[in-house]
Amino acid sequence: MSIKLLRGDTILKILLAAAALFIIGLLVALAVELSMGSAASISQFGPGFLIGTKWDAVHEIFGALPFIYGTLLTSAIALLIGLPISLGVAIFISEKLKAHQTFGYLLGTLVDLLAAVPSVIYGLWGVLILAPLLRDYVEMPLHNSLGFIPLFSGTPFGFNFFTAGIVLAIMVIPTMSAVSRDVLSAVPNSQREAMYSLGATDWEVTQKSVLPYARSGIFGAFVLGLGRAVGETMAVTMVIGNIPTITANLFSGGYTLSSLIANEFGESSGIYQSAIIEIGLILFLTALLINVLARLLLWRMSHGRQVNV
Amino acid sequence: MTKIERRTQNTGMPHPSMSKQDFSTAKIETKDLKARFGKVEVLKGINLKFPENSVTAIMGPSGCGKTTFIRCLNRIHELTPGAKVEGEVIMDGINIYSPNVDPVAIRRRIGMVFQKPNPFPTMSIYDNTVAGLKLNGVRDKKKLEELAERSLRMAFLWDEVKDDLNKPGTALSGGQQQRLCIARALAVEPEVVLMDEPCSALDPVATAKVEESIVALKKDFTIIIVTHNMQQAARISDFTAFIYLGQLIEFGKTSEVFEKPKNELTEKYITGKFG
Amino acid sequence: MKSILPTQISLWRKIVNKLMTILVIVAVALAVIPLIFILGDVLLRGAAAVNLTFLTSLPAAPTSKNGGIASPLVGSFTMVGLASLFSIPIGVGAGMFFSEYSWSKLSTVSGFMNDVLTGFPSMVLGLFVFVVIVLTTKSFSAFAGAVALSFVMIPIIARTTDESLKLVPNTLREASMALGVPRWKTTFRIVVGTGKTGVLTGIILAVARATGETAPLILTAFWSTHYATNLFNQPIGSLTYLIYLYGTSGASNWETQAWGAALILILIMLALNLFVKVIIGRSLTEARMG
Repeated sequence: MSIKLLRGDTILKILLAAAALFIIGLLVALAVELSMGSAASISQFGPGFLIGTKWDAVHEIFGALPFIYGTLLTSAIALLIGLPISLGVAIFISEKLKAHQTFGYLLGTLVDLLAAVPSVIYGLWGVLILAPLLRDYVEMPLHNSLGFIPLFSGTPFGFNFFTAGIVLAIMVIPTMSAVSRDVLSAVPNSQREAMYSLGATDWEVTQKSVLPYARSGIFGAFVLGLGRAVGETMAVTMVIGNIPTITANLFSGGYTLSSLIANEFGESSGIYQSAIIEIGLILFLTALLINVLARLLLWRMSHGRQVNV
Repeated sequence: MTKIERRTQNTGMPHPSMSKQDFSTAKIETKDLKARFGKVEVLKGINLKFPENSVTAIMGPSGCGKTTFIRCLNRIHELTPGAKVEGEVIMDGINIYSPNVDPVAIRRRIGMVFQKPNPFPTMSIYDNTVAGLKLNGVRDKKKLEELAERSLRMAFLWDEVKDDLNKPGTALSGGQQQRLCIARALAVEPEVVLMDEPCSALDPVATAKVEESIVALKKDFTIIIVTHNMQQAARISDFTAFIYLGQLIEFGKTSEVFEKPKNELTEKYITGKFG
Repeated sequence: MKSILPTQISLWRKIVNKLMTILVIVAVALAVIPLIFILGDVLLRGAAAVNLTFLTSLPAAPTSKNGGIASPLVGSFTMVGLASLFSIPIGVGAGMFFSEYSWSKLSTVSGFMNDVLTGFPSMVLGLFVFVVIVLTTKSFSAFAGAVALSFVMIPIIARTTDESLKLVPNTLREASMALGVPRWKTTFRIVVGTGKTGVLTGIILAVARATGETAPLILTAFWSTHYATNLFNQPIGSLTYLIYLYGTSGASNWETQAWGAALILILIMLALNLFVKVIIGRSLTEARMG
């Protein structure tokens, strides 16, 4: 009887452990396969690949810099716009809606709904609705009035870094605001009351006691948002113009690491294909770094208890 | 009292009439103060007068409403969702609940020290102490340092931290943290200081230090302290109020309340029949 | 002499307070307005395109007004279904390991990696499957697409399973084992039995997520207008790829159809998310009563 018990228990444990091992295996296999696939490209182009600015399939010269630039620029725009908005939503829900818990929950759910919208639909909306709108009502006016600033110097056609950055911002807001909300709600009330007792206004309480207390969690939210922005493919690909350039002009078309993979793998072979896989490897490592950093920060803030994202 | 006289009272200099304390002038009083959480009425109409420059202990069994009571005095109670206050709290002739009084301004004048020490963890000892001053627009570095030292001295903490002012506020022991919170509260020159069981989380040595500072403070401030500890009340308070189930049962000089309580409930509480 | 602090707070502080309140409300508006616009556009423009023909016809050339989404719709269901077959056992299994053997180092390491994989760029996952399966079999396939989707689903299922099972009180486990029920039976019957609504919720969320994915399919399933007859050696169309292809085509018929497909996709996701909310709602009341 007891041997049978042990057999059942052991079998289950092995099965479950195998599943857990699978996940580790997946990540490892990911790293291995991407490295192997890009080996040809790595040995041919070396570290110069990272700073190479030319991407020429015909002459087989490949460099990743325009795509790294595009990924970073669009992510930067997305976070610059998205973080304040996310914080605003989080502050509103956790500080201003204390007396209206259901409304806060509903609002939170509404913002979370944004996260459920598939990326390709953001892309569709971006291509057919947002890009023309931005071009006519934001980019053109900016170009006409402030065109002397390098940022706004190009003639805007709608499919550029700027539009991609805006779409990306909309997409990372739900993630960042959900994490920020959790983090702000976790600030103990005694901190707020201590600040109130010194004669502080509502905003001063938020600014001087709540936000500082939660700052590592907010940073975690930021990094998580960065991770999402860096890895985003469809919506960005559909509105960024897909032109590999490095320029300060926000109204120029651009290209990101993930867009390149989406667009060009098809005709690729040989060294071309290996170069694309190397781009994938770069994306993998970047996303890995960012995600690990974010999780470490969030795990630390909640003392090992997972924050729900 | 004119405005100037009232102002110069808070200079940290001994009050001229300290030697023969006049307890008929109430610094702060409540008139028919009621408080509720949602539908539950926690305070059922309290009338209390707190004499100036004295220490009054508020006592009563758990759940009687004493914490809610002092939280009504600096308008912190209303910050809880669903909390309501009725009645009046009058300080220097003004009802602090009247619509043209800004609660933010009042809270500076009525300070609070909480049960569990709650220094701001992201700030140093120095920054914690001057947090309230910076809020209220004091910018001059010299002045801030001066006031920080004064507050820390009043809280009997200066000597222990004067060389470590840049250490984080949470690097101190529990008792020191609580004295830091006292210093922080004192820095903004309140006229009344509310304390909600300030020593209940502290060991006896730390408690003794805090009590020492409280007794020294009463010459400049009116202190109202909620406490569970009758010995503490006997040690440091001039007056005691006994609250039971949201109602004021008895109020008077501490010695009289403890030795010759007028109310049967008070006597029961004091002799430990319930608590 | 020291300063006497004012008895009224300065006007500036009042202004800043009011201003920040307004800014915060503006932020909320900015966060919510795009959602309203996107859903509104999808609803209005999609409704114009959706009808029975649309749902039952095969995709057609951009010149035709009668193209439909029948085969890509089936393609999506097929691949998500296949992916679920693969990801549910692994995801639930891993999640169970995380919660029932949480002290083990394997659990911590794997759990951490699982968190990292959640929200990982799905394009990279697609690239991985491309290298491992497509390049070796030398063809796109529904199978490859399903595998890529399962890599998206597994971390989600593992995590929600872990969280749901962790909520089951330990006293239940102990009571069961004290009665002599072997551990493995306890885990299945009692733990999973109690936590099953949470586990199911996680699965549905993962399914919803996978249904909306495009990037992993670009390099694995690619595109086709026909129904797939073989899941291993031919490309297969999907609803999401259709939206991508048609939306960027510049052809107005196709653009209209893309909106229609988007509406169908949103309706599917709405249905799935609603299902989850109903289940959670019911399980919450159960938890409150029990």
